[in-house]
Amino acid sequence: MNKVDVVERARLRTDLPPFRPGDTVKVHVKVAESGRERIQIFQGVVIKRRGGGLRESFTVRKISFNGVGVERTFPLHSPTVATLEVVTHGRVRRAKLYYLRELTGRKAKIRERRVDIAEAPAAPVETPVVEAPPEPADEPTETPADVADDPATDVPADEAGPSEAVEAETTSQES
Amino acid sequence: MANVKAILGEKLGMTQIFSEDGRAVPVTVLKAGPCVVTQVRTPEKDGYVAVQLSFGDIAARKVRKPAKGQFDKAGAPPSKHLVELRTDDGASYTLGQELKADVFAPGDFVDVIGVSKGKGFAGNMKRWNFAGMPKTHGTEKKHRQSGSVGAGTTPGRVFKGKKMPGHLGHERVTVLNLRVVEADPEQNLLLVRGAVPGHNGTLVMVRSAVKKGAHA
Repeated sequence: MNKVDVVERARLRTDLPPFRPGDTVKVHVKVAESGRERIQIFQGVVIKRRGGGLRESFTVRKISFNGVGVERTFPLHSPTVATLEVVTHGRVRRAKLYYLRELTGRKAKIRERRVDIAEAPAAPVETPVVEAPPEPADEPTETPADVADDPATDVPADEAGPSEAVEAETTSQES
Repeated sequence: MANVKAILGEKLGMTQIFSEDGRAVPVTVLKAGPCVVTQVRTPEKDGYVAVQLSFGDIAARKVRKPAKGQFDKAGAPPSKHLVELRTDDGASYTLGQELKADVFAPGDFVDVIGVSKGKGFAGNMKRWNFAGMPKTHGTEKKHRQSGSVGAGTTPGRVFKGKKMPGHLGHERVTVLNLRVVEADPEQNLLLVRGAVPGHNGTLVMVRSAVKKGAHA
């Protein structure tokens, strides 16, 4: 359709698995600090995909271990996204899941979508969907997205091992 | 003038690409060349130094006879556009020479000349960035007006050059010092960092930056 596609096509990434809004994903983010480069994992629910071609981006929302909602937007074709794993497929009925920002706890849980075995990734099925922590954290839950988008703000939280924190918490709540 | 290099092209549109460190770089994609040198102006004959470049495919039947003679002389295919470039090293060009996107290399700084998008008859707020009038506090029907255009009996007229509403856009605009991100002579593509005047599909001239580095 577009003459710019010639430039974009060669640069599009093909190594990422297909994923949709509602899926829970682990994004492996390259972080450069003081000359060194390391991988940081950001796990959460994909709440939107927007744009097309090289400019496509997606937003992942998670509840950090102190109960604050954190959203990060990644350019889909950026080399800063080292890899991406789909943890669970979610069944949702809209393309933009902004309603999740208003929900916490069980209401924010997304039903799982059944996936054909052919396209299903080898992922642990019972990895918990991100859930809000116990009640006292209710008030600070609503963090503006701009705070969340700033990588600096979520670094300290992630330093403690983000995925473990989320998992531990969820299991404790379930038990 | 200095030894300015240039190539004609067509603006294809904008996108973004990623640098090695993962930064998104906004780029304009230009179809640059191939251009053919259709005339070399010399001081002896023409009184000044310049080269004339042709660009843009066009059906042979659409070319006027005088232009056709010129293309034939240079051995150039019939072209849509003929543009002259003033440069001091006109002598280094030969008639019929072909220019491709590799006249520029990544990292070079260039100026891009084009015709900006026409905006039609535009008011003062859009055309001159006037502030307009208050939205409230009793303002009636004057929210986008300019205000006073001058004093009273003295001078008794509006000064020439007063910024007023009128036609905006569709004029020649030069954007200085854009960095070349990529030059692909095989596909005739030039990627330039930043925005370039005009609609997609319009003619632009890319020339080496005249106010930067060696040329400044």
